[in-house]
Amino acid sequence: MLCQICGKNEANVHLTQMLNNEVRKLHLCEQCAEKKGIDVDAPASVSSFLLGLAAPPEGAKAEKAGRACRECGMRIADFKKLSRLGCPSCYAVFARELEPLLGGMHKGTRHAGKKPARHPATLNIPPSLEALKKSLAAAVAAEKYEEAARIRDQILSAQSGAGALKESPR
Amino acid sequence: MKALDELVNQPGAWLEVGKSGAIIVSSRVRLARNIAGASFPGWAGDDESLRLQGELLRVCTRLQSCPDPLVFEMAELSRMEKEILIERHLMSRDLGDRKKGSALILKRDESIALMVNEEDHIRMQALSPGLNLQELWQRIDSVDNEIESALEYAFSTQLGYLTSCPSNVGTGIRASVMMHLPGLVLMNEINQVIKAVNKMDLAVRGLWGEGTDAAGNMFQISNQSTLGETEQAIIGRLEKIVLEINDHEKNSRLRLLEQKENQVRDHLGRAIGILTHAHMLNSKETLDMLSALRLGIDLGLAPGWKQATIDELFLLIQPGHLQKLAGRSIGTEKRDLARARLIRLRLLGKDV
Repeated sequence: MLCQICGKNEANVHLTQMLNNEVRKLHLCEQCAEKKGIDVDAPASVSSFLLGLAAPPEGAKAEKAGRACRECGMRIADFKKLSRLGCPSCYAVFARELEPLLGGMHKGTRHAGKKPARHPATLNIPPSLEALKKSLAAAVAAEKYEEAARIRDQILSAQSGAGALKESPR
Repeated sequence: MKALDELVNQPGAWLEVGKSGAIIVSSRVRLARNIAGASFPGWAGDDESLRLQGELLRVCTRLQSCPDPLVFEMAELSRMEKEILIERHLMSRDLGDRKKGSALILKRDESIALMVNEEDHIRMQALSPGLNLQELWQRIDSVDNEIESALEYAFSTQLGYLTSCPSNVGTGIRASVMMHLPGLVLMNEINQVIKAVNKMDLAVRGLWGEGTDAAGNMFQISNQSTLGETEQAIIGRLEKIVLEINDHEKNSRLRLLEQKENQVRDHLGRAIGILTHAHMLNSKETLDMLSALRLGIDLGLAPGWKQATIDELFLLIQPGHLQKLAGRSIGTEKRDLARARLIRLRLLGKDV
C-alpha cells in the first residue's frame, strides 16, 4: 500500500483515528508521518493519536507536563507529596506511575478477592462507554496496546450500536 | 457524653477480661471501602465530606448486622473522649484528628466499629478476644455485603476495591492479631522473629513503641499485601504465622524458667512491689510492670493474682480512661498519681 499523502513511498505507519463517531484510517510512509508530527518511535504520542477521542493530539504535550485527574484534579506531584490518591479514577489516570509501586507493595497485581455482588462485571452487563473510555486510557497509559486496540473496537461497536438506535427510535 | 460512660464501664473487646489468651490477646479484621465517583476523604473538600457523611451515616446506622449502634461525630467529641475510643481500639488516631464529616459508628458490645471519612470513606472492623480471624472475616464480610446493597463501591476488576492509599487496594483487608510476647523479648529473640515475619509479607509492630522498646511487650502482627490474593489466603497465612509465633513464645517462656528462674522471680517480685507501693507511675513503667505480672501469672509464679485483673488495668491506666475515671482532664503529674492510686486499689482492694 502506498502512502496516502505523497502517494510514492510504501505506507508503513498505520493509524486509526476516530473523529465525531467516524473511524478514519490513515496509511502513511515514515517521512510523511514525521512531517505530520507523529513520532513513530515514541509510543506515547502514537497512543495519544490513538486516543484522539479522549484528547486532541495538540493537547498531548500539555497533558504530559502536568497531567491531572479529570475527576478530582489531582496531579502526580500531589500524589508524590501526600502518598494518597484523590479519587477512584486516579488509579486509571496514573496507572503507569502506580504499576511499579503496586508491584513492590503487593503479592500480585491483579485482584483475586471478593467482588461486589452488583458490580457490572459480575452482573454481566456490558461496560458503559464512559467506563470503556477510561479503561482505554488506562491500557494506553500502561502501554498495553493490544488491550487498547481491543477496547477501542468495543467502543466502536458500542458507538455504532448507539447510533443505530438513534436513527431508528421506534 | 452518656454513650462513653456506657463503654468505660464495660470490658474492651480487644482485651476482654477472662477471654484473652495468655499469649494471643485479640484479633481484628478491617476492610477499607470507598464510594464510586466521590473523592477520597483526604482530597475532598469539607462540603463534599459533609454531604457524603450524611449518606454514609444513613446507610451505616441502619444495618441489621450492627443494630441500634452508638454514633460519635468527631466534631462533637472532646480530646479526652477521642482518646478513650482510640485506647479501646475502636478508632484510629487519624480519625480523631479529623473533624468535619468524620464519624464513628459502634456496635454497643464494641465487636463492630465503622469509621466514616477516615482515610477511606468507610473503614469497618470486627474485633474479638483470642485468635478468631475466620469468624471475624465472616462477620465483617456480611456487614460489607449489607452496605454494598445500598451504596455503590469504587471497584475495578483489575485492582479490586479502590482505596485512598495504594497499599490497601484490592481486598482492602487488614487482619491483625495482638500478642503478648515477654518471653521472646526477655530471651532477646524478638528481633529475629520480627525479621522472619517481615519476610513472610507480614508486619510486626509494638502496640506501644517499636521492637524491644515496645512497652508492655504487646505486639501486633498484620498482613502487608492486600492485592493478588484472596481474603482467605491472606487470613490463612497470618493465622499460620501467629500460631508459629505462639509456639516460639511458649518455648521461650519454658527456657526462661529453665535458664533464668531467679531472674524471672526477681523481675516479678519487683514488679509487684512497684505496682502495689509506688505513689506515682508513668504509662511506660506501668505497662512493663503489668507485663511482668501477666507473665508471672502464666508461669504459675504469682499465685493469688488473676490475669483478668491485669488485663482490665492495661486499659484503665491509659490517659483517656484515667481522666474519664477522674471525671475531668488532668495533667501528666496528676495522671501519674491517679494511675498509681488506681492500681493500688485494684490490686490490693484498698489504698495504702
